[in-house]
Amino acid sequence: MYDSDKIIPGLIIFVGLMTFPIWSSIGKAEPKPEPKIDTPAINQMVKKQCVEDTHFMKTSHMQMINDWRDKVLRDGERYYTNSRGEKVMMSLQNTCMKCHSNKDKFCDTCHTYTDVKPYCWDCHIQPKGIKQ
Amino acid sequence: MAMTFSFFAVIAIVVVALIGALSGLHFVFGVILPYAAFAIFLVGFVNKVLNWASSPVPFRIPTTAGQQKTLPWISDSKLDNPTTTIGVIGRMVLEILFFRSLFRNTSTELRSGNLVHGPAKWLWLFALIFHWSFLLIALRHLRLFVEPVPFLIQGIESIDGMLQVGSPPIYISDLLIIAGVTFLFMRRVILPRIKYISLAADFFPLFLIFAIAATGILMRFVFRVDIVGIKTLLVSLANFSPVVPDGIGVIFFIHVALVSALMAYFPFSKLMHMGGVFLSPTRNMANNSRAVRHINPWNYPVKFHHYDEYEDHFRDVMKDAGLPLEKE
Ligand code: HEC
Ligand code: HEC
Ligand code: HEC
Repeated sequence: MYDSDKIIPGLIIFVGLMTFPIWSSIGKAEPKPEPKIDTPAINQMVKKQCVEDTHFMKTSHMQMINDWRDKVLRDGERYYTNSRGEKVMMSLQNTCMKCHSNKDKFCDTCHTYTDVKPYCWDCHIQPKGIKQ
Repeated sequence: MAMTFSFFAVIAIVVVALIGALSGLHFVFGVILPYAAFAIFLVGFVNKVLNWASSPVPFRIPTTAGQQKTLPWISDSKLDNPTTTIGVIGRMVLEILFFRSLFRNTSTELRSGNLVHGPAKWLWLFALIFHWSFLLIALRHLRLFVEPVPFLIQGIESIDGMLQVGSPPIYISDLLIIAGVTFLFMRRVILPRIKYISLAADFFPLFLIFAIAATGILMRFVFRVDIVGIKTLLVSLANFSPVVPDGIGVIFFIHVALVSALMAYFPFSKLMHMGGVFLSPTRNMANNSRAVRHINPWNYPVKFHHYDEYEDHFRDVMKDAGLPLEKE
């Protein structure tokens, strides 16, 4: 083998970079986020359910609130009829955050875990008692 | 033919993954396949590079794309014709990060009867766009493998999404990689000379990468998947304690199957230029052949027979034949 003084370190660096997720996780527990739903508003509910079914909310809530925003601000529609036929006011602060007033223990747990930083709170007001 | 074959090869991967995911083989497609593909990738890559390293470079063959170092009052081109290790490192950095030699690409064509040579920068531009967006996308994916997400990755993520269009926001690198891969494909279809020399080995990686980008974008904007579940799976893969959460979504398994195909194919394909670029002898050698003697590594020890020795050996015979001798 030729130039092994350069090629072997190069390969070691390559393998090191490629396996970064493996060795960087050694010794760390796996903290899976657990969004908490014990807020005053939800605790009062008889049947604890979200605007749409849980799987849809989990995967598509960001698209739904984006649609809401467009409907409210562009078409002036303020009410949304969900798949159960209930009328819901389309509002980030007055609907979502009324039930999920524990933003830091709900929205943020998932968002920190998957590294998403919704910029909505640049303008919209967070539920009281939660620091930016 | 090459194109059709590559196209259907990619479609076949998609179909197999679709059927597999629908019939509940989540452990096969979510755990076994990625593990196997990653192992093939790492072992194959290292093996290939070691194989290359076992071939000697017989002499210095740096390309000299600038003034060589000569007399002190002639300024030499330190990056394009380096004579020092630092210069070589500079040239390699320019080559690897900015495709310096592709930037010098020229095209030759007949224009109103004259043969003209001119610069051709489009390939360089789109190649740069394609490779950089590929790198950014790969790095960005670390947010789904590593917990907590490293600071650098968070930075890339927020810069890439800074257009803040829609929710989830569009990534700039997603648009760029599609533009890049489309250009690289179109040039193989539109330019007759390039089309003539294009093989399945050229089309297959392009289609595969296009399919990976397309499934990724579809997964983000159309067929939403449970991203928290996916991160749980990927982190568990990195910890070697795999668990596949329920309800992830079929398209994720298609995406993963395509990526696994890319990883497993990588060491056996032209994509190995990722490792090969570091070993290109015309780029990574200093042009110092006038200053330093470079000995061909496969030279065997030559037995010399100098004229002195020759004369000693044949003195008598030569004397008899009347030949002139240096020493009597
Ligand atoms: C009427 C109260 C209520 C409103 C309004 C509401 N939610 Fe929910 N949400 C719930 C409840 C209760 C659950 C838990 C459902 C379950 O566990 O099955 C939930 C679950 C969720 C989940 C899934 C959490 C998980 O555990 O995976 C998300 C995401 C979510 N909500 C987002 C939203 C968003 C975004 C809005 C605004 C569009 C919203 N919710 C409005 C009550 C509400
Ligand atoms: C079950 C975990 C979970 C919960 C709970 C949750 N989100 Fe999300 N949210 C996500 C994930 C994952 C994404 C990123 C989607 C992606 O990257 O494609 C996201 C993205 C978003 C986005 C788009 C921004 C972006 O940069 O992608 C908004 C806006 C958003 N969430 C709002 C909320 C709000 C408001 C709540 C609380 C009411 C909430 N989410 C609760 C998981 C969650
Ligand atoms: C530049 C400031 C700004 C940002 C950033 C912003 N909004 Fe808004 N949003 C507004 C304003 C102003 C309104 C109008 C309020 C009204 O008329 O009721 C509004 C209204 C809305 C509404 C409907 C009305 C209501 O009461 O909520 C929704 C839903 C909404 N925004 C969602 C979002 C989401 C989701 C994000 C993040 C992805 C976001 N907004 C980011 C300024 C902003």
